[in-house]
Formats: sequence, C-alpha cells, structure tokens
Amino acid sequence: MNTDKDSRPIIELRELSKEFKTSSGPVKALEDINLSISRSEIFGIIGLSGAGKSTLVRCMNLLETPDSGKVVFDGKELSSLKAREQRLARQSMGMIFQQFNLLEQRNVIRNVLFPLELAKVPKKEAYSRAERLLELVGLSEKAKAYPSQLSGGQKQRVAIARAIAAEPKLLLCDEATSALDPDTTKSILALLKRINRELGITVIIITHEMRVIEAVCDRVAVIHNSRIVESGSVREVFSDPKSDIGRRLIGGAYMEVLSQEVRFTNA
Amino acid sequence: MLNSEFIELFRTEIGSTVYMVLLSSLISYLIGLPLGVILAVTDEGGICPLPFVNKCLGLVTNLLRSVPFLIMIVIALPLTRLTVGTTLGAKAVIPPLVISAAPYVARMAESSFKEVDKGVIEAAKSMGASTLQIILKALIPESKPSLLVGAAISVTTILGYSAMAGSLGGGGLGAIAINYGYYRREPVIMWGAVILLMLLVQLIQELGLKLAKCTDKRIN
Repeated sequence: MNTDKDSRPIIELRELSKEFKTSSGPVKALEDINLSISRSEIFGIIGLSGAGKSTLVRCMNLLETPDSGKVVFDGKELSSLKAREQRLARQSMGMIFQQFNLLEQRNVIRNVLFPLELAKVPKKEAYSRAERLLELVGLSEKAKAYPSQLSGGQKQRVAIARAIAAEPKLLLCDEATSALDPDTTKSILALLKRINRELGITVIIITHEMRVIEAVCDRVAVIHNSRIVESGSVREVFSDPKSDIGRRLIGGAYMEVLSQEVRFTNA
Repeated sequence: MLNSEFIELFRTEIGSTVYMVLLSSLISYLIGLPLGVILAVTDEGGICPLPFVNKCLGLVTNLLRSVPFLIMIVIALPLTRLTVGTTLGAKAVIPPLVISAAPYVARMAESSFKEVDKGVIEAAKSMGASTLQIILKALIPESKPSLLVGAAISVTTILGYSAMAGSLGGGGLGAIAINYGYYRREPVIMWGAVILLMLLVQLIQELGLKLAKCTDKRIN
C-alpha cells in the first residue's frame, strides 16, 4: 500500500441533498452536506431525532439515493456506478442497526455466513472465517443458537460479526447502541473500538447520545435541521462548541433539548 | 348398507380426493408461490417496486379469485378437455382447481412475505445482496413459518373445492356425498363422506400448524 492512497478519505460526501415527498409536501432531509472521513478513524455524527442522521448514513451506502451531490467511496463515485457495481461496493461497507436486523430463522453462525454466501466465498473458508469472527465478538459458544435466544447485546455482537465478515473498509453504525442499556452500550463501543484498532476498519457512528461520541470517536459532526452545523475533533467540539445546538447538546443542557423536542413534536 | 362394496367405494374415493388435492396443491404452489413473490416485491415499498406489473398481476389474481368455483369448472371445460383429455372424474377437476387455487395461494404467500421485517431486508441490501438473493436467502426463509400456516389454510380450501367439484362430474368424497346423499337419499353414506372430509381438514390443518411451529426458530 502506498501512503498516497491512504491519505485519501475513505468516504466523502459532496453537496449532498435529499428530500422526501410526503402527503403534506416535500420534506428536506439533508441539505448541502459536505463531509470527509479519513481512513481508520472513528467518526461520530450526532443530532436529535429527525435531524437527518439516519438518512445521511443511508446515503453513504446508497440505501437511500441522494437527490443531488456525490458520494465518493474509496475513490469511486457511487451514484455513477451500475447497480451491480453498487452492490459490490456495498460489500465493502458493513452496517449495523438499532434493531440488529438478524435473520431470525438462521442460527448465529449462519447469520455471520450470510454476507460470505453473497460474496461467494468458498464454504470451508467462509466457515472458518465466521468461527474466528464469533471468537472475536466473544460468542463462540452461541454459534448454534438462534437470535431469539440471545440478549440485545449478544444480538448486536452477532450483527457486528456479520457486518465485518466480508472484510469491509467501513462500518456504518446506525444508532447501534440506542436499544441497549448503559453497560451493554459500553461493551459494544469497546468492541467497535477494538475492531477499528485491530482490523483498521473505519467506523462511522450515528447517535443522539453524547456519551457514545465521547467514549470512542476521534472526530464528530453535529447535524441539525438537515445540515451539518459544525464538525471537528471531539476535543475541539466538546471544549468549544461553535453552534447553538452543539452547545446545547454538550453543555449538559441535553434535557432542555429533549424537552424542546417534545414540545416541537407535540406542536 | 355399509357392506364391503361401500368400504371399497370409500377407499377408492378417498384415494382420488387425496390425489386431486395433492396434485392441485402442488401445481397451485408452483404457480402461486412465484406469483406471490412477484406481487410482494413489486409492490410500492417492496424490494423492487414496479407499480404497473403489480397492478396488472393484482388485477388478474383478483379476477380469477372472483369467479365462483362451480362456474370455473364450467368455464374451464375446454381447457380441461385439452389438457387432461376428459371432463369427468378426479383428473378433470385438477385444471379448474389450479386456476382457482393458484391466485389464492399467491395472495396468501404475498401476505406472508409482507410480514418479513423490513429491517432484515434492509440489512441484506446493505450487505450487497441482489434482488434475487434477497428473495431466496432472506424473504422466503424468513417467512417459512407463515408460509406453512398459509399452506394449511390453502390446502384445506383446495380440499373444499375438490369436494364441491363432486357435483359437476368430479370424483372423490364430495362426489359420494352428492351422489348418495342427494340423488339416492342415503344419508348414512353422505354423512360418512362428510365426516371423512372433516377428518381430512382437521388432519391437514393440524399438520400444517405443527410443522410451522416446530420449524419456527423464533421464541422457543
């Protein structure tokens, strides 16, 4: 690998916009989003619910198609690729979800095997890789269990093993700890950090929780009303938030933000 | 009345009922299952939305389902003669039965596919699965328990249709009930046939539900 290649961002969003058509007219979900995420960093995107962060992460792997702007992943502009090539690009991006989204009729190891079947990895190799991954996430003894027999934290570990099975360069985490209790959240975050350090996978974490950003992220972007209002290293943003929403999110005024949100949604 | 002649009659007619039901169920599923997949995936919000295809197929399945089965037997007569070479007996019931049951099976399957968690489909997409891979590796396996419950309902419905066909030249237990109960006024024979039909429905329904339950990997 040459250093020239590695200094390029793993994923870059340029002037990205997205609108949803609803029965009450179009709703802006993303407006003029510019983001550049470096290789091997843990990048956090924080915002209140409805800020557009889930849409943002879904645009990164084109689960949502942006209306305008570019998504450049590993040097390739995704929207210019054919459907087949887009699918291949997605195999280089893992994703985990708030609701885990495991296949309920497959046992743990077969869930981890799923992306390897899609990538047509030979059975033997796939199996030994899946076993190694289950060891990495600490669930070797649950290989034959079904998702319904696992706790939330265990399910998310399986989802992580599955998401990184095809050896992606990027792991997208969409509110991955929001359905978990604080202790489990901590252990999942520690696992994400370990995957980032040991496997060199870039991790993008979408969350509404400050403590998640604080615990693992190198850099953070704050999204509010469909726009990125500020971004920088976690230390910078935390010690001197520039935006109003950033100050409110960080300045311990989280409850105030929450209550405003409640008022907003009730209105 | 229940001499060996009747026992023999029941034996052959149970055989032809089972033959009609199994063969038409099989063909109905061969047609209905793929149709159900297409109806589910082409729907708005499906994996591969194609509103025009969805509307057309939806219309055809609805039209076929709205023809009463006895009328379908009559309408299908030319086709029946063409495909099985006769319009009498158990064999002749199969073409109209399939035409009536396949759209029904398709709608049952469609509703099973739509029960699959959208998040799971999204996860498969995020891993780079193609539409066909999502269908074969996620949609169908994840909806298996629900498909089996649907199958129990569909097959019992097909059994009911096959009995109805007895009044228009079809064979099987329905034919016994009509011929002996209605035309010859022998209620014991009629009730015998009806009770056998009831038992068959029970058997199929229980078997389907049990199979669905013990193959379902959720909550157990």
